Amino acid sequence: MTTRYSFGGDEHLFVECSEEMSLEAFFKSLSMAKGVRESGIKGVTEICPANASFQIKFDPDIIHPDDVLKEVKAIEGAAAKAEPVLKTRIVEIPVFYNDPWTHETLMRFRERHQDPTGTDLDYGARINGYGSVDDFVGAHSGSPWFVSMVGFVAGLPFMYQMVERQRQIQVPKYLRPRTDTPRLTVGHGGCFGCIYSVRGAGGYQMFGITPMPIFDPTQTTSYLRDFMVFFRPGDIVKFKPIDRDAYDQAVEDVDKGLFAPPIREVTFDLREYQKDIDGTNAKLEGVLHGH
Amino acid sequence: MAIKVLHHGLATTVQDLGRPGYFHLGIPVGGAMDRYAMRAANLLVGNDEGAAGLEAVFIGPKLEFTEDALVAVTGADMPAKVDGVAQPGWTAFEVKAGQTLTFDFLKSGARICIAVSGGIDVPEALGSRSTYPIGALGGFNGRPLAAGDELPVGSGSLASEGKSVPEAMRRKPGMPAELRVLPGLYWHRVTEQSQENFFADEWKVANEADRMGYRFKGGRKLDFVEREQPFGAGSDPSNIVDSCYPYGSIQVPGGTEPIILHRDAVSGGGYFMVGTVISADMDLIGQLQPHTPTRFVKVTMEEALAARGDRRAALTRLREALA
Repeated sequence: MTTRYSFGGDEHLFVECSEEMSLEAFFKSLSMAKGVRESGIKGVTEICPANASFQIKFDPDIIHPDDVLKEVKAIEGAAAKAEPVLKTRIVEIPVFYNDPWTHETLMRFRERHQDPTGTDLDYGARINGYGSVDDFVGAHSGSPWFVSMVGFVAGLPFMYQMVERQRQIQVPKYLRPRTDTPRLTVGHGGCFGCIYSVRGAGGYQMFGITPMPIFDPTQTTSYLRDFMVFFRPGDIVKFKPIDRDAYDQAVEDVDKGLFAPPIREVTFDLREYQKDIDGTNAKLEGVLHGH
Repeated sequence: MAIKVLHHGLATTVQDLGRPGYFHLGIPVGGAMDRYAMRAANLLVGNDEGAAGLEAVFIGPKLEFTEDALVAVTGADMPAKVDGVAQPGWTAFEVKAGQTLTFDFLKSGARICIAVSGGIDVPEALGSRSTYPIGALGGFNGRPLAAGDELPVGSGSLASEGKSVPEAMRRKPGMPAELRVLPGLYWHRVTEQSQENFFADEWKVANEADRMGYRFKGGRKLDFVEREQPFGAGSDPSNIVDSCYPYGSIQVPGGTEPIILHRDAVSGGGYFMVGTVISADMDLIGQLQPHTPTRFVKVTMEEALAARGDRRAALTRLREALA
């Protein structure tokens, strides 16, 4: 992994930890971004972690761009030596796969899709070598995901599944982006999953919908009163397939302020994960369910 | 004190100098597209530069005032009228209770900033009154204005009526417009020939030009340096593993039409970028109309910093002129 630095105009420094996506590259970017934040470089105003890169915004009236570069490069060495251990949280997100709302939307935009004869789930299952949509949903919800970036629009998580590369689900984006996507659609593009935090345009394949709001500018949702955005980079997500009745119940609970997503604190060690992926994931799930 | 919206124009939003600090969560800085114009408008009516005003694009709103106020309109050349009487641009004028502020057709530029003494007093959201419509955040109920809205206005003074920004200090894009660009980010992804073409060609602003981004057409398609696409990037040569997007960064999906991200930018995505418009020229972009011929001018970091220094000096002169 060679780190590449480039300026985005006179106010941004872009740091690419790796050209290709991997959990190692994500960890490096998260660890460097953390290092930059903790070093409190004068004039640095924002630090945005992404999947395998991160971006720093600075005020060149306060610090010369070359000095930002020098300070961040110095942090790279220390970040490489840091223990790849992350104290984070795991959260269970219910998903109603193959729901009527994303289905209606995907039918409406069928002419923009690679395979107009089926659904996005049919397509995803087929090109990833799964015999059935059920098997595909089983893989999607079977292993947890890292929130590797929050952004695009307010509060939208990009997620990278915690499985070997050959088991990563990969799908192209729509041939032409849709002008509409239901709020809280669970989508997938490239190797990344996402949850659309708001209704709007989108190009990711649509697999289902969650009843759990993840962005609330009114801050009235019970678990979003402290802050309007739910996700943070480094969160771990486990999807739980639910049916229509459970979905309706969850929506009602959200409205009544009774919905509480299961969340547990966890410590994730990349080395342990690399040695035994399924074992590490099983342990994480154990923590989620209170064993 | 309130302002009644009789007509919303095309897209009129409450804006100030933005909401920095939340881009890592996908919430862009927002705020006036033309910061210099918004600062000037506020200074003209005796407000803090960061007070909230209105930004209207292409067509002005129709506003009825319930109390006397001092108003200034800056940015694009779109003459204001009070009960049908024309008012000078970049100049503070009085609007009396019961009078109506309307606007003539746009003559040049794209966006006006309307400042009212006391400022538009909507509640702050994450430290700013700017409207972020996609997130339904800030501004007036998180959305552009609509007929029937009543905008709260803070208390101001009428002291500075007649104050005016000297003609030479009113900044406008040239013709063709020139935007200075620092190449970088994924600049190495396109061939040397395409790198030359990008700066040699004349581009035109496309119809898809808004607060999120400005699209350009008419230049030659960019060719990519061949490579095997990295894992997770997607199959198109213009795809990258989704990264952050700087404000002002220029992405070129498919290598065909450059898009400059602006104040309401999406914070990241999977398209490569050729470089970034320098901070000194960001204000100009918001004043470009569709079809405006535009040249991208290659600069170095030192030139970008010198240009930034020039803008800072210009702002100091503006403050002195209106003090």
